[in-house]
Amino acid sequence: MRWTPMAAAGAPPEPLVQVRGLKQYFPLGSTWVDRLLGRGSRWVHAVDGVDLDIHHRETLGLVGESGCGKSTLARTILRLYEPTAGSIKFAGRELTTLSQMEMRQMRREMQMIFQDPFASLNPRRTVEQIVGLPLLIQGVPRADIRRRVAELLEKVGLSPSHIDRYPHQFSGGQRQRIGIARALAVNPRFVVADEPVSALDVSIQAQILRLLQDLQAEMGLAYLFISHDLAVISYVSDRIAVMYLGRIVELAPAETLFAEPLHPYTRALISAVPRVGSRGQVRERILLSGSPPTPIDPPKGCRFYSRCFLKEKNETCRLVAPDLKEVTPGHRVACHAVAGTL
Amino acid sequence: MAAAMPVRQQPGVTGGRRAWRRGLASLLDFWRRFRKNRLAVVGGAVVLLVIAMGVLAPWIAPHDPTQADFFRRFRPPVWMEGGSWEHPLGTDQLGRDILSRIIWGARASLTVGAIVILIATTVGVSMGLISGYYGGRVDAFIQRVVDVLLSFPYLVLAIGLMAVMGPGFSNMVLALVYKEWVTPCRVVRGEVLAAKRQEYVEAARAVGAGDAHIMWREILPNVLSSVIVVATLRVAWVILMEASLSFLGLGVQPPTPAWGSMVAAGREYIFQAWWLGTFPGLAILVTVLGINLLGEGLRDALDPRLGE
Repeated sequence: MRWTPMAAAGAPPEPLVQVRGLKQYFPLGSTWVDRLLGRGSRWVHAVDGVDLDIHHRETLGLVGESGCGKSTLARTILRLYEPTAGSIKFAGRELTTLSQMEMRQMRREMQMIFQDPFASLNPRRTVEQIVGLPLLIQGVPRADIRRRVAELLEKVGLSPSHIDRYPHQFSGGQRQRIGIARALAVNPRFVVADEPVSALDVSIQAQILRLLQDLQAEMGLAYLFISHDLAVISYVSDRIAVMYLGRIVELAPAETLFAEPLHPYTRALISAVPRVGSRGQVRERILLSGSPPTPIDPPKGCRFYSRCFLKEKNETCRLVAPDLKEVTPGHRVACHAVAGTL
Repeated sequence: MAAAMPVRQQPGVTGGRRAWRRGLASLLDFWRRFRKNRLAVVGGAVVLLVIAMGVLAPWIAPHDPTQADFFRRFRPPVWMEGGSWEHPLGTDQLGRDILSRIIWGARASLTVGAIVILIATTVGVSMGLISGYYGGRVDAFIQRVVDVLLSFPYLVLAIGLMAVMGPGFSNMVLALVYKEWVTPCRVVRGEVLAAKRQEYVEAARAVGAGDAHIMWREILPNVLSSVIVVATLRVAWVILMEASLSFLGLGVQPPTPAWGSMVAAGREYIFQAWWLGTFPGLAILVTVLGINLLGEGLRDALDPRLGE
């Protein structure tokens, strides 16, 4: 693992976003019954020690089942939640210690596209107000905002004449374009796309994905692209991180991950992707039993232990949490059996 | 699909005219839904009529409402024996024209209703926004104050406050505001609790919007329709309270005509001259009923979710 803060200072290979040991716990709140019984408050370990690099102009796909902490991780990186522990560096600058004012400045560089194009646009505000809000906050003069919003609408494939409309006058795909325009208004370098197409019809999904790719090429964006849909993830990502119960279990370039998945969870995920034209070829379908353990007081060792189907699994797996180890260049996996640390 | 949208340019349309058109469109939309409810339209008409009565009182009242005439005491309404068109609803114990007094009395009721609701809504909405948005201790504090105020019977609290401050118009407004802000506060707090979990609030935060912007620009417009509905319905209640306080001699002071004090005065002569108290009483009834019908119509037209 390359982790040399000293070597930072503008060196080109330095990642745009560098996350180290990030933890995000949410208190469950202790009731008076808990206090009476001498129990402390309990915590949901939504994100539990994540290391992640996102490079300039790259798309890092983040995949995992619902509730595994994908969205929480993304929101914590943007400091929409205050992280419990860990470090987030953006272009070499530590975000976790910034004040709210300084953070507001930084938001010019990092924006977010939301999952639900209906909930993420305020029904009582016009397109101009919605897309222009980041500009207003960054101090763009009001007179320029309208012109800039019209340009942005054109850029995302909407008509500038729609600038005075309200969200309910648009279709789902159009609304998502408005959300994208909002995220790009301040020319960010890093955009978190939290399941940007999962609420859309399949025919619209392709359009939006292509738009995101075009914009990436045009504006030099880096994406953290979250999805539970492996087909979507494989289509857009340069590298893919697989998340399970608050941790990254495998991280590899997209082709590598699909060609030779190493972690048992990844293997199960990929075996579940339906493939067209693979008739005749018998593919092993791995069925996982049970459901993931609860993120409240998660297991001490490997979090996948309870569902792991490897013959090699043993007491080490149950008691010692595996680190994310590089097994081949660029391919990291958190599994004792694969990394040979049993 | 979106990319193929034709560009309809509207050159020469200025910002002001744009906003005006937008407002007109949503107003027409609202009217279409509102007019389906016949009773609400009737209620709205009654309210407009009462407002017009209050505003135009100096021109439409046939007599001076405070002019006593001892030769014309206890004249009955026009349809009874001894009545005349000069005093269509009769005269009171001092010979004053009852119709004129009812017309002028609308002023007291409407002014108190409007001022109390205006102040109470401003205070209540602000408190509700703060309470719901920040939550935690701020919320707990504000809601305990609300609970304390709610535990007092309304009229008893108002009478107590008036006893301390003394009777009179501005003291009555204060005494009513003292508790009236609680209702919009509760309503807004509940709505804010739901609204602040919406993704658009998170989206605003993600682009760097501050608390003030989120509260007033993102959340408030989404709770405004329930505020309007609650404010309208509460006007009726405040008018009743004003009448009650005036009935008890704590509100509008004589000789200024007010419906409540007219009912109080008529009480003494109920067996000899029933019209003294009955007509102002009917005025209260019709006004309150009209406002309530209007308020319920507004509720259905503005926010179908509220109709329980």
